[in-house]
Amino acid sequence: MSYLSIKGLKKSYTFKPILRGVDLDLCRGERVALLGANGTGKTTLLRILAGLTKPDAGSVTINGMDIVHDALQARYRVGFVAHQPYLYDELTALENLVFFGRMYNVNEVHERAVALLNKVGLARRARERVSALSHGQAQRLSLARALLHSPPLLLLDEPDTGLDEGGNELLADILNEHSERGGATLFTTHNLEHALSWSDRIAILHAGRIVYTRETEGLELEDLQETYREVLRPRTKVLS
Amino acid sequence: MIFLKQVLTILWKDIRCELRSKQTWTGMGLFALLVLVIFNFAFDLRVDNKAAIAPGVLWVAFVFASLLGLGRTIAAEREKGSLDRLLLCPVDRKAIYLAKLLGNLLFIGVVEIVALPIFAALFDVPLFGALLPIVLFGTVGIAAVGTLFSAMAAATQARELLLPVLVFPLIVPVVISAVRATGTLMVPAANEPPWLGLMAAFDIIFLSASMLTFEYVIEE
Repeated sequence: MSYLSIKGLKKSYTFKPILRGVDLDLCRGERVALLGANGTGKTTLLRILAGLTKPDAGSVTINGMDIVHDALQARYRVGFVAHQPYLYDELTALENLVFFGRMYNVNEVHERAVALLNKVGLARRARERVSALSHGQAQRLSLARALLHSPPLLLLDEPDTGLDEGGNELLADILNEHSERGGATLFTTHNLEHALSWSDRIAILHAGRIVYTRETEGLELEDLQETYREVLRPRTKVLS
Repeated sequence: MIFLKQVLTILWKDIRCELRSKQTWTGMGLFALLVLVIFNFAFDLRVDNKAAIAPGVLWVAFVFASLLGLGRTIAAEREKGSLDRLLLCPVDRKAIYLAKLLGNLLFIGVVEIVALPIFAALFDVPLFGALLPIVLFGTVGIAAVGTLFSAMAAATQARELLLPVLVFPLIVPVVISAVRATGTLMVPAANEPPWLGLMAAFDIIFLSASMLTFEYVIEE
């Protein structure tokens, strides 16, 4: 049974359709990389799944729970990382985690926050304000925040943006660990190499629909690059 | 219990951020003081006209200073994107409203505590104990409406312009009641309406309506 189930999802902004009927399922322990050109609706899709944006049509269920009707309960099951950290600059790294931990009603929040700061390599900067951290460090902190309440579903919007090699290795480890524990992950990226090595399945979003999906096992990077180019090739007519 | 905990957590976060950035309090406090000083020089204050002018000056300072702070309540979070993160949390939207309202009441309250003795000294009026409930009820009315509309205005580009345009017409009954109640304290008059009761009634209406509608205003 799917842990995350998306059926016929549609969304328009001022009459411009962004998502035209997205269907996608994720099982427990599965990691899916969502690819697509800029403006194809990847972020919109993740925002809908996280409960930040309401869809015009279609349904999304997380473990059988509708994200619109059971929004409050569904939020406990989702960890979200945006391509920008969106933290409180005036608070320290530790204070940020403790604040969000309390919002998720996490038990022994201080200990959990310290453990996660250790995990993402920010223990020594725990008492520094976020404004003093680099973008990559803030992104690591944002990753720690998403893991605070041990969510079964991780939604990551270009989580590799601004991360150095060490940060990318850390991210890959976290995704593996999450998957081994039975958690599902849906992430977007423009890096096909990351998509291939960090996921079990690739999905390509184009013109508001999932137009390609395939298991990564046995898939070569060159094949993925070729498929990606083919799918996204412009098919517009030249006006004479 | 979780609701109250979340309200206090958001309030703690807002106070801590404000204590470190000092953006809102400083601006509001300076503005209130400037208004009091300018009006003090602008009017020819005499014993017979003091009661007619002073209450208006006090509430002009409070209302405009409040709007400066109210404008930052949610706009700052939306600009930085942290509002989205807050909305992602499993928190009742009423808890967010209540926390922001309490934060605004605290910020405005501190400015009022500083401004009131200066007002008393500049306008040579005694500070009555009975002024406290008037200031409290007036501030609650302004903050209740202002917090709701600051969430609405924060989603627009012309938020600084839009907020006063939306808030001023709605707080007219509270401001008139507050000015008249303050005036009555200085020069007691017979057959005055129960201004304090009117303010309390407006506060209850504004608070109830704002709590019920905040969810629709804050979410996309």
